[in-house]
Amino acid sequence: MDSVTTIGQISIIMAGVTMAIGSIGPALGEGWAASRALAALAQQPDEAATVTRTLFVSLAIIESIAIYCFVISMILIFANPFWAKVIGG
Amino acid sequence: MPKIEISPDLIVYFKWGFASLSATIVFTWVVMAVLIVLVRLATRRLSSGMSMTRQQNMFEMLITFMRSQIREITGQDPDRYLPFVGSLFLFISLSNFLEIVPGFRPPTGSLNTTAALALVVFFAVPLFGIAEQGLVGYLKGYLKPTPLMLPFNIIGELSRTLALAVRLFGNIMSGSLVVAVLLAIVPLFAPIVMEALGLLIGQVQAYIFAVLATVYIGAATRDDDDTQIAQTATSPEVT
Repeated sequence: MDSVTTIGQISIIMAGVTMAIGSIGPALGEGWAASRALAALAQQPDEAATVTRTLFVSLAIIESIAIYCFVISMILIFANPFWAKVIGG
Repeated sequence: MPKIEISPDLIVYFKWGFASLSATIVFTWVVMAVLIVLVRLATRRLSSGMSMTRQQNMFEMLITFMRSQIREITGQDPDRYLPFVGSLFLFISLSNFLEIVPGFRPPTGSLNTTAALALVVFFAVPLFGIAEQGLVGYLKGYLKPTPLMLPFNIIGELSRTLALAVRLFGNIMSGSLVVAVLLAIVPLFAPIVMEALGLLIGQVQAYIFAVLATVYIGAATRDDDDTQIAQTATSPEVT
């Protein structure tokens, strides 16, 4: 196997692994945050605006971890720096 | 199968020497032009009475909503921050919304645009903070709660700017990428569902970008007394 094949294979496999592992944590965290926010909403419906805004902001911050993983896997597939080096770009 | 472009930067229309005109810049101009035209149309016949044009009604609703949100988050007079935060929100919201127009590439799907927007927030936060509580007062904020936290405060300042840029870029880019992939696999109805989801995510991201910018500004402009009052108000022994 020449280095082009190796880099291609490893990049694509690792892109999948990055997404798979990297989405577990944020998924659990978002589930926790949403369930707690729903419990708080059920107890205090008057505070719905505050709870919802805080929930959205925290969901976005938790989600950005998964987005980092997504960006890295996209870099591996579309803009791989090692790939360009081997191809001779 | 159509070629999938990861970023609108790669679509280059003209090139003069080192300066090139990419799709990002062109569609940024498009968004700016649409915004300016909409606002001009709405403010052409302003009325202060009960009857008003539909455009004026829409913008008044938006502005009222933004002012109430800023007031709730910062606890200060919203008019000071409304021009800055409101422009950020309107630009991001409209550029994400125009994603449904065929041929339009949202400029927020390019890391260059989102990094520029995040840098604007990065520089605006200390400016607002210094204007509100003076240079010394603002710099003291980095030494809280103890001077040991100084490096972490600085790292936090930098990393949240990076997070702001990458979050917006990743969300919008993933939305358009998923639609592009689905177009290649199931071209008929499946992409519509993802487009609708992308619209929702785009608006939520615009809202979150504006809210986070407001939160950062609010944290930089708030002086000690407010936080102490807030802490004593929520501590159990007072109640």
